[in-house]
Amino acid sequence: MVQVSTALKSNDFRLATPAALAAYRESILAERDPNRTIIIVCHGTGCRANNSPKVADALRRAVAAAGLNAQVIPEIKDTGCHGFCSRGPLVVFQPSGLFYQKVQPEDVEEIVQKTLIEGTPVERLLYADPETGEHVVHDRDIPFYKYQQRLVLSNIGKIDPVDLRDTIAAGGYQSLVKVLTSMTPDEVITMVEDSGLRGRGGGGFLTGRKWRMTAEHGRETPGPVYILANGDEGDPGAFMDRTLMEGDPHAVLEGMLIGAYAIGSSEGYIYVRAEYPLAVKTLRQAILSAREAGLLGENILGTGFSFDLKLNLGGGAFVCGESTALMASIEGKPGEPRAKYIHTVEKGLWGRPSNLNNVETWANVPLIIAKGADWYRDIGTEGSKGTKIFSLVGQVKNVGLVEVPMGVTIKDLVLRIGGGVPEGREFKAIQIGGPSGGCIPQAHWDLPIDFDSLWDAGAMMGSGGMIVMDNSTCMVDVAKYFLEFLIDESCGKCIPCRLGLQRMREVLKEFSAGRGSLEDLEELDSLARAIKDGSLCALGGSAPNPVLATLRYFRDEYEAHILHHKCPAAVCKELITYAINPELCNGCTACARECPQGAITGTKKEPHALNASLCIKCGICFEVCKFGAVTVA
Amino acid sequence: MSVTFSALENILERYPPSSEHLISALQDVQAKFNYIPPAAMTAVCEHLGVPVSRGWAVATFYKSFSLEPKGVHEIKVCLGTACHLKGGARLVESLERELKVERGHTTRDLRFSLDTVNCVGACALAPVVVVDEGYQANTNSRRLKKFLKNVTKE
Repeated sequence: MVQVSTALKSNDFRLATPAALAAYRESILAERDPNRTIIIVCHGTGCRANNSPKVADALRRAVAAAGLNAQVIPEIKDTGCHGFCSRGPLVVFQPSGLFYQKVQPEDVEEIVQKTLIEGTPVERLLYADPETGEHVVHDRDIPFYKYQQRLVLSNIGKIDPVDLRDTIAAGGYQSLVKVLTSMTPDEVITMVEDSGLRGRGGGGFLTGRKWRMTAEHGRETPGPVYILANGDEGDPGAFMDRTLMEGDPHAVLEGMLIGAYAIGSSEGYIYVRAEYPLAVKTLRQAILSAREAGLLGENILGTGFSFDLKLNLGGGAFVCGESTALMASIEGKPGEPRAKYIHTVEKGLWGRPSNLNNVETWANVPLIIAKGADWYRDIGTEGSKGTKIFSLVGQVKNVGLVEVPMGVTIKDLVLRIGGGVPEGREFKAIQIGGPSGGCIPQAHWDLPIDFDSLWDAGAMMGSGGMIVMDNSTCMVDVAKYFLEFLIDESCGKCIPCRLGLQRMREVLKEFSAGRGSLEDLEELDSLARAIKDGSLCALGGSAPNPVLATLRYFRDEYEAHILHHKCPAAVCKELITYAINPELCNGCTACARECPQGAITGTKKEPHALNASLCIKCGICFEVCKFGAVTVA
Repeated sequence: MSVTFSALENILERYPPSSEHLISALQDVQAKFNYIPPAAMTAVCEHLGVPVSRGWAVATFYKSFSLEPKGVHEIKVCLGTACHLKGGARLVESLERELKVERGHTTRDLRFSLDTVNCVGACALAPVVVVDEGYQANTNSRRLKKFLKNVTKE
């Protein structure tokens, strides 16, 4: 994967001026034949887990063994995540865009023979339209991609993230050159302000305004000003930032460099979850190669501007996504937030003015600089400009990472791009905004997805994790799940969050066991509001959201648990029973063999029976039965 | 692995004596020994000039530090939202029964550590279990059981 050019290996390689960067880019482009076939093998986490490194190896071997004419030997490139994770491993031919899905090493010979030598696609590896069954040859025609607007993600899936030359050829660091050579810091801030860019990490604060405040505080007191990137993506079901860091790390670095120039900073940190080993490795390589090329460090491109970065690994604490907790963690302390009477733009890391933006926010910056604030403002809605990356996961056919303009409706995202919920199920809700976000039901699925609409609907943008739920999801269980997550992650510093959430969980536990009363429901609601008001940081302040939002839209499900002792989705253990339908059971014995309790008995090839008094409701019989004979109600 | 002087020295010499390196140094200790041995904690804190109590405050705060030795194989069951919806909880429960160990702990023979994680960001693979470095994608109790049997044979 690592392809370091000879120039990059030698110690004296350093781009000393903007002209040297331009010349370097010219030389890279001149070496490349735009018509040469490039076979791209996705190396995102999903594809890797499904064997994509072996596919790439097999391709390299097969291509070498095929004895191809020198003119047609393709380049084989390992890239970051293409987003269509449920179809991986993905192999894409460029420049044509021919798209193969679920490719395994044993498919490779056929690909080389048919596609490379004979010039025809391997039909069985093409995407088939789920409705018509027709094959779709090119990625751009697949609905999952067709309805997206990939701007921030545009390089991902095209460039080799650890090869700086690839980034430079694709236009990387051109925006940095533009600001360093033709804009004053104030002009840069004004442009970001004018673009309307809002923070992608959850808060949705105007990025330009934050930059201006940090810059002003920095000027008031002598000393360092820090630029920070938040890559501590802790929301379950979210992997936007990871994909950016793994797939286009230089875009993040470039954004930070531009911010540093605008704000007047020479030092920065990227804070990344240690649970993302590949992102850490990729960023580390990106920082090293940028430093070697003179794009980070002293006197960047000979312009007199200096900025350098350190990588800081998170210790696995969700609360460290909060700005003051993150800064405490960089200082080597437990990541406990502090009250923000004084904002971090004034006193942040080491007590100095600090500008923290999310990784995705930083990656938007080079685009805005390159194409202008007006261009950016044209995308999105009145209050939310630009595009947003979402991870579309859960009970949806096309699980993956998507980028759409702000203002797309939930329905379009779930149906057109996501392909809807699995067969035989019904769409119920989406959950958005991470554990402290909210659930929005089908009745509201014409809602445009932007900061303000979501807020009004009782959810929030968060970092962009979007979890699709169908009728197999119990909303009481979901609320309990998020609450448990937040109890686990609460740092314990303030009482409303530490104790209030525990009490909320106790009430919910009663509900999911079919106990409790309608008065408890009111109490839960009032407790939730008290925690919202009384907590020190945003974690506690938003922790009751999942309960409040489910109460708002799914009160009937709560009532079904409390009043009728039923879990409509058949999830809550204490309210369900497993049984075997003798008409469907053919006596294959799979369930009896797997039951940890020995609760299932029967003769081979005869319908089995389940002894409910022994059953611990582990659900394994349900899972292993291939004939739908195990029922749950 | 025993806490040898040289293994620790190798870690400590990477860091100047300043409190900001506490987490990074402890992460290195964790990576080297698979847990934070008390002797290593004392050494790290002395080297960086921070009170040992602060060291433990950090080690107990962050999830990535373990205070007990980890097993040969680390099993991490993802309980992110997507995995939760697709039966992640069922997987942990069946592993607890199978390995006779509670989540967050290590089997007596030190072969397996069983942990849950909040999200590995591989939601397309849900429910997913990470065993050592490998992802067990779209898995179920039965397949996991088989897989672990093979791991034990190795």
